[in-house]
Amino acid sequence: MDAQTEAGYDGNALAGPLSEVFAVEVTTAVGRCRGCGTSSQLATLRVYSLEPGMVGRCPGCEEVLVRIARTPHNLWLDLSGMSALQIQMSNGSGVETGQ
Amino acid sequence: MSGDSVEVRGPVGGWFVWKPEDSGPVLLVAGGSGVVPLMAMIRTRDGMNGTPFRLIYSVREPEDRIYDHELRRRATEDSGLDVTVVYTRTSPEGEPRPTGRISIDDLVSYGWAAEQEPTCYVCGPTGFVETVANLLIFLGHDSSKIRTERFGPSGP
Repeated sequence: MDAQTEAGYDGNALAGPLSEVFAVEVTTAVGRCRGCGTSSQLATLRVYSLEPGMVGRCPGCEEVLVRIARTPHNLWLDLSGMSALQIQMSNGSGVETGQ
Repeated sequence: MSGDSVEVRGPVGGWFVWKPEDSGPVLLVAGGSGVVPLMAMIRTRDGMNGTPFRLIYSVREPEDRIYDHELRRRATEDSGLDVTVVYTRTSPEGEPRPTGRISIDDLVSYGWAAEQEPTCYVCGPTGFVETVANLLIFLGHDSSKIRTERFGPSGP
């Protein structure tokens, strides 16, 4: 399987690597695509796992929303495909902005 | 190989999760070992609020059934749990359903009508999950009620 074929995984597969850098569970957070404006929970992204990293694409337009790459000493996290990431806080004190 | 140590992280992820306080009936659709996270939901449900669950479990042949004994027991003992196994290559003797991949007929016969607004959890190989999710949407299920987990391409 290569990047030209269908995504092999989905955003659930991002839960492990993202749990290393975020203090909260973010696969249920909603990212807004900078390309088409679609808001998607990260678990629903189409994920291509290309060692040494992962690429998560918008289910609406296939734009790259997330890139994660591991090097021996660093984790690179590229969220530039998203214009916003809405993270629900468990204490409910956040302001509801809609999607 | 045997004897190697393996490091395990988790459980992680909050999306493909059923919580007893969630309301409404639940449809579980499993392809092969995709039954594993769904079984965790069935076990969690046991002795809780009695939310109606229906499991449709697709396997190649009878020997491939994971949790076979437990699922048979729960299908008779757990009130409100229906279990249907569909076979894609070889069916056991006396199985009335024709052997074949999961179809729209299976989802209509053994699942819930879209009007009942079930939450649907679909787990399996990528092709299986995409097929089932598309069939559910075709049947009128709200895409926001369909949760999927793909574990990559299926084996040979």
